[in-house]
Amino acid sequence: MKQKQKYFIFAEQRAGVLHDVSLELVGKCRELSDKTGIEVTAIICGKNVRTLADVLLVQGADQAIVAESELLEPYRIMPYTSLLADICKKYRPDVLLFGATSMGTELAPRLAARLNTGLSAHCIELDLDGEGNLLQFVPGWGAGLMATIKCPGHRPQIATVKPGVMSKLKVTTTAKGNIIEFKVPATLDTSGPTVIKVKQKKPEKVSLEKAEVIVAGGWGIGDQQGWRLLEELAEILCASVGATRPAVDEGWAEEDQMIGQSGKTVKPKLYIGIGISGVMHHTVGMDESGLVVAINKDPKAPIFDYADIGVIADYRGVVPALTRAIKEKIKSLTCHLGDN
Amino acid sequence: MPDPKYWAQLKIDPETKILIREGIPTILNPLDKHALEAALQIKEKTDAEICLVSMAPSSAVMVLREALAMGADRAFLFSDRSFSGSDTLATARVLSAGIRQIGHFDAIFCGDFSLDGSTAQVPSQVAELLNIASVCHVESIKWSEEDNFIWVTQKIEHGDVTLRATPPILLAVTKEINRPRHISFLEIIEADEKEIRILDNSGLGLEPKTIGISGSPTQMADLILHKGQREGRIITGSLTEIVQQLTERLTQSGIL
Repeated sequence: MKQKQKYFIFAEQRAGVLHDVSLELVGKCRELSDKTGIEVTAIICGKNVRTLADVLLVQGADQAIVAESELLEPYRIMPYTSLLADICKKYRPDVLLFGATSMGTELAPRLAARLNTGLSAHCIELDLDGEGNLLQFVPGWGAGLMATIKCPGHRPQIATVKPGVMSKLKVTTTAKGNIIEFKVPATLDTSGPTVIKVKQKKPEKVSLEKAEVIVAGGWGIGDQQGWRLLEELAEILCASVGATRPAVDEGWAEEDQMIGQSGKTVKPKLYIGIGISGVMHHTVGMDESGLVVAINKDPKAPIFDYADIGVIADYRGVVPALTRAIKEKIKSLTCHLGDN
Repeated sequence: MPDPKYWAQLKIDPETKILIREGIPTILNPLDKHALEAALQIKEKTDAEICLVSMAPSSAVMVLREALAMGADRAFLFSDRSFSGSDTLATARVLSAGIRQIGHFDAIFCGDFSLDGSTAQVPSQVAELLNIASVCHVESIKWSEEDNFIWVTQKIEHGDVTLRATPPILLAVTKEINRPRHISFLEIIEADEKEIRILDNSGLGLEPKTIGISGSPTQMADLILHKGQREGRIITGSLTEIVQQLTERLTQSGIL
């Protein structure tokens, strides 16, 4: 029997909280393992992170490599690169995946250079070719192009994957995988900048990446009152509110509501874009959405190329009217229920 | 990098799967302006020398002139046909070899990513090949001259990290770090006197098998123009008609 391919996932944690993208990566590897034999290994490092290893096993990893040390908490690029290089040299994975997070996007390239191998950035899909090479789908040029990257001659094949585009397993199992303790070597590189302070607040609302319905606004909203109209529509739809960079710059929305290249990637079932011109820096973050509705008074706005339904009109009329119509619809539904 | 205004004109050679960039003007990557501004602000306080380095076709001289006009002192352009097709690792090999040739440095400033490829991979890889530490996603830099510490804040999800670094270090900056200065016509003329040295691979001496397409571990298996596959239906009519059609459609798709 052919030997199973070894897929490793760098499971990212800060202050003991596992990043969701790590579980999404486990889910994706499990899905790929239906095509070919794959053994999925999650690497988790830090201080007291063993419980996170259990989470990764329950979520579908076959095994977890746990590296625990004071020197690995908090995250610093030099010790982490040194540790991951040691792990790769020992276990020789075929694939190593990172989330395209703040941490992953600086760590993965350095590791790839150290291991003299290739990597691709911000993948939105992964697949396998006939020879068992990993196919890495990468949007570029503001999502105007989609490149398929592979790395046939070097191992491991390293990729960072955009958070939110892959799904974690819906059904979890009881953890039956094993945990391997990786002893942090005395040669660990502890050089590099010193961490003085880590400031991280918990996101309050349902994160945009998980929202099923998103109402997003852009520069065309024009002012705070206009933004309020958008929020009212979002409320009635139980939607999360997203924004483009200009809307964040204007102060109508918070930084963590930003969708696009330097913001979040979302794939709700319904995306309603209002007053959004549709430059590629935004659309790269939303073009995996289900139904896309665009409302803009400029008929030439590129957003209409990304929309299933385009409404060429002033949103100040359409949006409040739509909110009212939906309210009535919901009311009539509840009346029907009352009749029964 | 190619001017984003012209990206809609990009074409792909159907045979080679290589992007045809001819006829598209080259501009300075916007984030690199922020990186240069960050360096200029330190130069104003410390009398540092700022040296620009770039790997690009020789037409990039114009872009370097613009950056020299902003206040950089001199520029190096690493340009050779054999560099073309380099992936991020091969690019990092060229840049790090070039930087080694220039000699001693305290810090390398660069943009967090380029707007075209957007891989954000080159900064960390250059630092690795030069065997120096690096911080990406840098939102602020304070250079304290007395003790030679560099205080850096790095953007992370829902927050930031404060780091204390020492030279030599590579810092990859975000657009939040500053607002790049504008340049006057006079400064552009003055920049004409500043030196731009163009080095090809005979000057850098890299093994041909480590650069260009053959030196790149990653390969382009396919490249497609990513056109949205959307219905593209436009709803028109009176306000009432528009709203009615919208609610009908949302009901159909099971959202309402």
